Amino acid sequence: MNDMTRPQPGAVLNESGIEVKPLYTAADVEATGGLGMIGQPGEYPYTRGIHPLMYRRRPWTMRQYTGFGNAADTNQRFKYLIANGQTGLNVAFDLPTQIGLDSDDPLAEGEVGRVGMAVDTLEDFETAFEGIDLDAITVSLTINGAAAILIAMYLAMAEKRGYDVKKLRGTAQNDILKEFVGRGTWIFPVEPSVKLVGDTIEYCARYAPKYTPVSVCGYHMRESGATPAQEMAFAFCIARAYADETLRRGLAIDEFAGRLSYNFNVFGNIFEQVAKFRAGRGLWAKIVKEHYGATDPHSMWLRMIAGGGGGGLTFEQPEINIVRGAYYALIAALSGAQTMALCCYDEAYTIPSEYAQRISLRTMQLLIDEMGLTDTVDPLGGSWYVETLTNQMRAKMEEIMADVEARGGIVKLVAEGAIQAQVSAQAYAMQCAIEQGRFAKTGVNRHRIEEEAPHVELHPYKEEDARAQIAALERARGRRDAGRAKLALAQVRADAQAGANVMPAIVDAVKAYASVGEITRELVGVYGTYREPIRF
Amino acid sequence: MDRAQRRDPGRAVSGKRIKVVLAKPGLDGHDQGAKVVVRALMDAGLEVVYTGLRQTPEQVARIALEEDADVIALSSMAGAHLPFCRKLKPLLEANGLADKLWMIGGNIPRQDHDELRALGFRGVFPTGAKLDDIVNYIRENAA
Repeated sequence: MNDMTRPQPGAVLNESGIEVKPLYTAADVEATGGLGMIGQPGEYPYTRGIHPLMYRRRPWTMRQYTGFGNAADTNQRFKYLIANGQTGLNVAFDLPTQIGLDSDDPLAEGEVGRVGMAVDTLEDFETAFEGIDLDAITVSLTINGAAAILIAMYLAMAEKRGYDVKKLRGTAQNDILKEFVGRGTWIFPVEPSVKLVGDTIEYCARYAPKYTPVSVCGYHMRESGATPAQEMAFAFCIARAYADETLRRGLAIDEFAGRLSYNFNVFGNIFEQVAKFRAGRGLWAKIVKEHYGATDPHSMWLRMIAGGGGGGLTFEQPEINIVRGAYYALIAALSGAQTMALCCYDEAYTIPSEYAQRISLRTMQLLIDEMGLTDTVDPLGGSWYVETLTNQMRAKMEEIMADVEARGGIVKLVAEGAIQAQVSAQAYAMQCAIEQGRFAKTGVNRHRIEEEAPHVELHPYKEEDARAQIAALERARGRRDAGRAKLALAQVRADAQAGANVMPAIVDAVKAYASVGEITRELVGVYGTYREPIRF
Repeated sequence: MDRAQRRDPGRAVSGKRIKVVLAKPGLDGHDQGAKVVVRALMDAGLEVVYTGLRQTPEQVARIALEEDADVIALSSMAGAHLPFCRKLKPLLEANGLADKLWMIGGNIPRQDHDELRALGFRGVFPTGAKLDDIVNYIRENAA
C-alpha cells in the first residue's frame, strides 16, 4: 500500500491525488456525475472505446521499440520480430539522428548507432525497410526534433518502392513540446519547433492523408515525474497547441484531427490507469467536438499506443519486470489501446536482447490467446469503482488543463521551463518517498535481496559499425548529384526564411540524398537552436 | 558526523562549503535523474550548478574551472560514458582540476566501474544508488 500523502491516518490516495475508498456503490458514481459521459463503444463520447466491437474486430497492434547500430542490423531485428508475430514496427534512432547530426559530426563521436539506428541519408531508410511490406505492417518513427526530415524520408522511401503515398499508413512521434519536458531531443527554439509540427500536419493532410504525423506523448512527461492525470492533461494541452497551429493555416479541424494520435504510459495503480484512459477518451472527444466544432467522428477519437512502463520497472531484481510487464499489458488491454508495446525486463541495463523482446511480445500475445481480453469491449465498464474513478480523473484532468491555461498556456510554460520544474519537483518527491519506504516498490524498498550479477545480457556497442556508417555516408555523398542536393538544400533555407511550409523542400532534399545533418543545418541557420531554461 | 557538519551539512569535513557542478554529458536527453540529484544536493545544503543537457567535455571542464567546483559530477543514461570520460580526464587535468572530486552516476554497467575509477572518477553511482549515499559520499570526499 502506498501512502505518500494521507489526508488522515488510514486514508489512501492514488498518484493523481484522488482519495480511494474501501468500497464503492452506485451512490459514488452518482455523486461524481453519474454515467452521463459513458455512452456506447464506438459512439460519442467514446469513453468505452472508439470502435463498437474493439478487439472482437481486431486485436491491438504489437509494436516493440527497436533499433540499434546501422540500418542493416535493425532490419534484421525487425524481421526477427515480424517472424515472431509482431504486427507493427517502432523505430529507435540513435541520438545523433534524433538531434539532427550526421554520423561524421564531431559531436556524434561515440554515439553513432548506440541507442538506436543511425540514419544519415535516404539510403539508410531503404536498407532499414528492405524486404518489409509497408502495406502489411505499419511503421512508427520515434523521432521528434528531426521529425520533419525523417517523415520526408519515410514517404520518399515508400514512394520509391512504388507505394501510393496517398494510401500509406504509419506514424511519427513528432511531439516536440513534450521533448522539452522530458527526453530532451530538441533542436530548435520552442516557437519554430511548434511551427515545424504544424508544417508536417499540414503537409500530410494534403499529400499523405492516411499518415499519422503526430503522436502526442503524455508518456515521457509521466516518466519525468508527472502524475497520471497530469500526463493526460498536459498531452491534451499540447495537442491543442498543435491543432491551433494547424488551424491558423486555414485547414478545418476535420481535415487533420482524425490523424492525430497519442502515446501514454501504463505503470502504476491498475484502476487509476484504466480510469485515466477511459476518462481521457471522453474528454478528448468533448474538446474536439465542443471546442473545435468537429463533426467527423474520426476527429474525436483518442487513438493511442499505451504501453512502455519504463518508469515502473526496476534495476533491482530485473526478472520481476517480466511480471510487471504482464500487468502493464493487462492495463493497456483493459483500457482499449489501439497499439501496445512493453519495455523489456532488461531495459534498466541495456538495449533489449532478442530474448527479452520475445518475452515482451509473448506477454502481449498470450493476453490475446489465453486470457479472454479480446472477447468483450471495456470489461471494467459498469464497475462502481472504475466509473467513479473515471469521473474523478476526468474532473482532475479538466482542472489541470484549466490551471495550465490560467498560467499562460502550455507553450509559454514549456518555454519558461515551468512544466519542467513542476514535474522534476514531483520526481524528487517520489524518489524520496521510495527511498524512505513511503511509496512501495517491490525489490527496492520491499523484499529487497543482495543480488548476484543479474541475468542480463548486455548489448555490445560496435565501434566498427559507427565507422562503417561514416564510410557509407561518404559514399552516399559521392554518388549523389551534388548540384541537385545543393539546390534542394538552398530551397529548404529559402522556404524556412520565407516562413513557408518547409516540408515540400525537405522532401525534395531527402530525395536528392541530402543528409539529416545538412538539412538540419539549413533550418538551424534560420531558426537558431534552443536554449534550455534551468529552473528548480 | 562531527558538530560542524550537523550545524551545516553543506560543508565538507574540512568546513568548506561544497560546490558541485553537475553535468549532462554528450547527447543523452534523460535528465530526470540528474535533476533529482540536483534537488537532493540543494536540500542537503550544497551549492549546485546544473549545466543542462548536451555538454561537451570541453564545456564541462570550462564550467568546472569557472565555477571553482569542488565536485565534478556527470549523469549519463545513454551508454556513452566511457568515451566521454576518456576525453574529459585530460581536460580536467589540464585545467588544474585533478585534485577535485570526480563522480559519475546513471546507467553505468558494473563492467565499466573499474575503468571509470582508473580514469579518476572515484565516485561511481549506478542506477539504484540512494540519494543519501550520494550526499554523504560528497561530504566525506570533497576537498
